[in-house]
Amino acid sequence: MVEFLQFTLSGIVFGMIYAAIALSLVLIWRGTRLLNFAQGGMAMFTTYVGIEVIYKTHSYWAGFVIALAAGLVLGAVCELTVVRPTTGKPPLNAVIVTIGLLILLEGLAGIFFGGQYRSFPAAFSIIGLRVGGTPIGVSRFDVFVAVAVLIATLALAAAFRYTAAGLRMRAAAFNATIARLSGIRVARVLTVGWALAGLLGALAGVLVSPSTFLYPNSMDAIFVYGFTAAVIGGLDSAVGAVVGGLILGVVLSYAGGYVGGSVGSDLTSLVALGILVAVLMIRPDGLFAGARMRRV
Amino acid sequence: MRTLPRRLGVAIVVAAIVVLLSIKLNSFRDYQIAEIAFEVTAVAGLTVLTGLSGQISLGHAAFMAIGGYTTALLLLHLAWPFYAALLVAAVVTAVAGAVVGAAAARLRGPYLAGATLLLGVALPAIAYAWPATFGGDQGLNVAFTTPAFLGVNFPPTRWLAWVATLVALIVLVLLANLNHSRVGRNWRAVRDDDVAAALDGINVAAARILAFVVSATCAGLAGALLAIVTTLVGPGSFTLTVSISLLTAAVLGGLGSLAGALWGSLVIILVPTYVTDVATSHGLSASVGSNIPIVAYGVLLILVMLVFPQGIQGGLTRLFSLFFSGPDQKPRTWRTAPTPHVTPSADQAPASQHEKEGTL
Repeated sequence: MVEFLQFTLSGIVFGMIYAAIALSLVLIWRGTRLLNFAQGGMAMFTTYVGIEVIYKTHSYWAGFVIALAAGLVLGAVCELTVVRPTTGKPPLNAVIVTIGLLILLEGLAGIFFGGQYRSFPAAFSIIGLRVGGTPIGVSRFDVFVAVAVLIATLALAAAFRYTAAGLRMRAAAFNATIARLSGIRVARVLTVGWALAGLLGALAGVLVSPSTFLYPNSMDAIFVYGFTAAVIGGLDSAVGAVVGGLILGVVLSYAGGYVGGSVGSDLTSLVALGILVAVLMIRPDGLFAGARMRRV
Repeated sequence: MRTLPRRLGVAIVVAAIVVLLSIKLNSFRDYQIAEIAFEVTAVAGLTVLTGLSGQISLGHAAFMAIGGYTTALLLLHLAWPFYAALLVAAVVTAVAGAVVGAAAARLRGPYLAGATLLLGVALPAIAYAWPATFGGDQGLNVAFTTPAFLGVNFPPTRWLAWVATLVALIVLVLLANLNHSRVGRNWRAVRDDDVAAALDGINVAAARILAFVVSATCAGLAGALLAIVTTLVGPGSFTLTVSISLLTAAVLGGLGSLAGALWGSLVIILVPTYVTDVATSHGLSASVGSNIPIVAYGVLLILVMLVFPQGIQGGLTRLFSLFFSGPDQKPRTWRTAPTPHVTPSADQAPASQHEKEGTL
């Protein structure tokens, strides 16, 4: 029972990180109908920026804030420079452009920051918390991870729901032509969407790196699971992204915990594939897909 | 049917050029020829799947892994001759392609991309989970010898280049014929509009699954060739990077075009080594020198996609028509990458000009 609780809680913590990546993918998908393969690479790059600032200033929070700011800027810059010119070209071209961007960022990270593994500091203690003497499988920092992603998600949801800018973004995603006709500058809205996605990715990068080390490919696996979470939840649904992330995190945690040994950790990707196939066989557009006309 | 002799002729000419080159060039270049041959086999299969039937696969290295491990196990434990192992590898991957294709026939765009991506990540993990059979991280060593009649001094890489090129050319000729047959027409019909295709009496699901079978078989053959060329199959030979680079080569060369598959494979194999040579000859430091090829590759991908939206083959076709047939003549549509819905109609326009529910 204690074990079950431990696995569940640590699964939720990793699930929140997958959810952050999934949310950033959903943000971009809803705006531009594009899968951003560079999302993990962008997160990796901003995390490097964060760690450099931490080395220079000896302040975790300075690095944290600057990494998030770098995420905002990088997201907007990527949209403006390489993604926008793919408008009107075959859709796979935009995907290949983001793959090119990913490769470019990984190469640049190797040049600027070196290829060696670096450890990333955690904001709070990583010693497991105990309740009445029994370890519950999560640390203070893990709690911070879950809370930080939760706050970011709720803030985004509130911004989309209650602000004029949020309304513009929803309108642009719903129907670009009509949004444009009603005076919304859709192109600018898309840039803001990419910037916010960059911010979420940067948050995920800073939060996950203490437990994975940081190197130019360090976000690849996180990206794959974040993408999986987004697909499980349905790429059009922000709620789906969070739920998908949590499902994936918790089930993978059980698989790694109960199967045990090296086999368990080797098979996590197979377990993830199993979940994904099971979900897609029942709901081909993800758990939270809206009703959609599709015959044949 | 006059096209069949023409294609055979082209294949024979290419084979002759490869034989000449392999004799002239050193063994490292021979090795690269073999690499290009198995790369083009896999990319041609993928370009048929994605370009002609409109289904994306981000995990094609999984099929290469199935072909590669099948070959390695047969050569290692049963000491089968290579051509027999190659045939069995093709059959096994065809079955795997049918299974994946049956599951994939229901999925669209990013959902198919996600499922195949995870397949590509998950399948090589089996090698870690059962190290006794698959050799774990180390992989399996594959022994491949040149036949006795060539003599003892015949360079093994040259023989490998010949074998790999032969298989690649056979695959390309067969694919070219398939694309021009009823099967290929059905694929393009399904890709462009599945509802209209179904109304025309095409079995949409069957066409989609068949495309996966054909494509997986090509990847399996490529994996079998990879096994003998690199003399090793391990999880590291079939990573996510390999899957992504296959799709990259297909789109870079010109999606849906077999010639494009060749251009894409040439770029993927030759550009990194070329840039590395240039970087090291300019005496750059290790951390910069080893990363310059990566940066150059990324920039190249972005630039080609922005400057030549139809890939290299599309760019060549445009140049060719400029010089020889005047700018008015349209290239034959099946050669160019499919652009069925690039300009959405006003009433269902998505947020940007990107496709609403197409390939991705």
